[in-house]
Amino acid sequence: MYTQAMSVGPQDAPSSKIKSADEMQREAAFEARIAAGDFIEAKDWMPEHYRKTLVRQISQHAHSEIVGMLPEGNWITRAPTLKRKAILLAKVQDEAGHGLYLYSAAETLGTSRDQMLDALHSGKAKYSSIFNYPTLNWADIGVIGWLVDGAAIMNQVPLCRCSYAPYARAMIRVCREESFHQRQGYESLLVMMRDGTAEQKAMVQDAVNRWWWPALMMFGPEDKDSPNSEQSIRWGIKRVTNDQLRQKFVDATVPQAELLGITLPDPDLKWNAEREAHDFGKIDWAEFWRVVNGEGPMNRERLGARVKAWEDGAWVRDAALEHARKQARKQAMKEQAA
Amino acid sequence: MSSNTQNEWPLWEVFVRNKAGLDHKHCGSLHAADAKMALQMARDVYTRRQEGTSIWVVLSSQIVASDPGEKGMYFDPMEDKVYRHPTFYELPESINHM
Repeated sequence: MYTQAMSVGPQDAPSSKIKSADEMQREAAFEARIAAGDFIEAKDWMPEHYRKTLVRQISQHAHSEIVGMLPEGNWITRAPTLKRKAILLAKVQDEAGHGLYLYSAAETLGTSRDQMLDALHSGKAKYSSIFNYPTLNWADIGVIGWLVDGAAIMNQVPLCRCSYAPYARAMIRVCREESFHQRQGYESLLVMMRDGTAEQKAMVQDAVNRWWWPALMMFGPEDKDSPNSEQSIRWGIKRVTNDQLRQKFVDATVPQAELLGITLPDPDLKWNAEREAHDFGKIDWAEFWRVVNGEGPMNRERLGARVKAWEDGAWVRDAALEHARKQARKQAMKEQAA
Repeated sequence: MSSNTQNEWPLWEVFVRNKAGLDHKHCGSLHAADAKMALQMARDVYTRRQEGTSIWVVLSSQIVASDPGEKGMYFDPMEDKVYRHPTFYELPESINHM
């Protein structure tokens, strides 16, 4: 579902140690490959800083997919119809799949799954701030599909061309599956706005009011406050800046909101003919940083649920491994006897 | 790699045949306790939209791969063997579809 935290949180400074001539030569060759639009594969030589940046970004992206299942999972048993329940189940299952594709991509860089999970569970790793908001009514599920997955797609499409090939391949798969997520959300809102009671329509507006600003924050800090963006863009890890993506998202969303018949909660939102783009109001960055740093409405709840699921599942993982070892021993004994 | 991975399920590489007549193609990897579980999980992770008609899984540790550092030494010798390509041979226009 999404990545933003990739550009927030502790950053690894490029190593300042003196480089050998050999290393400098390798680095120059690497930079030349990137400049030529070449893809980098797992076993290729890469600068340590490039590797670390990718591990952080891909693992945080994976964590976001996994934690992203929680706000929607809340509604699986409360979906209004069997059809909506089946759709929601499929979507949540996709998010799990996306998390797995991404963890696998990060593992190719030499970090283990356990290390990444440990970083998530100990609170060391970040995940997208959007999942630290609560899902209060059924319309939230539609709005998450429309706005949150919509923002995610905006962010993820350029990542399909990321210079690190295993990540790019995972993103192609993710993007192919993601468009159903946005469409199902928008369609469910259309139905509520067209056939719903006044109360149900008010639920949609209420959900949009609560999700609009957090969705805009998903693109991360403004460019002027993203000091690491430049390096990531030079390395082809990131292709488009936070502000460019945010603008694109606002411009795409305004007509969709009009068609739906809801109001986006921003009095400053208006078309700017000169810029040929929408102007919009100021984002509350203090809120963004509060949520990123663990003080959002649902941070503790989300992490608690995630850790509990992991710990409750420990005996299953151990039992499966022990079963596999036992079968392997039995097989070996059979082969020895034969 | 970390030292706390003794209880991590082993990593498997997944290959999927999209439809009869095509090759199995590498599509990713996953962790599973054994081969049977790896197959079941590969189905759930990589073929949720009928992307497959057949799956192979193989322990990642069993894959033997060429060394990317020797890519040039390994593959470049084929670069100057243009006579292995049909376009190397010029034939009269009238029979050039050969």
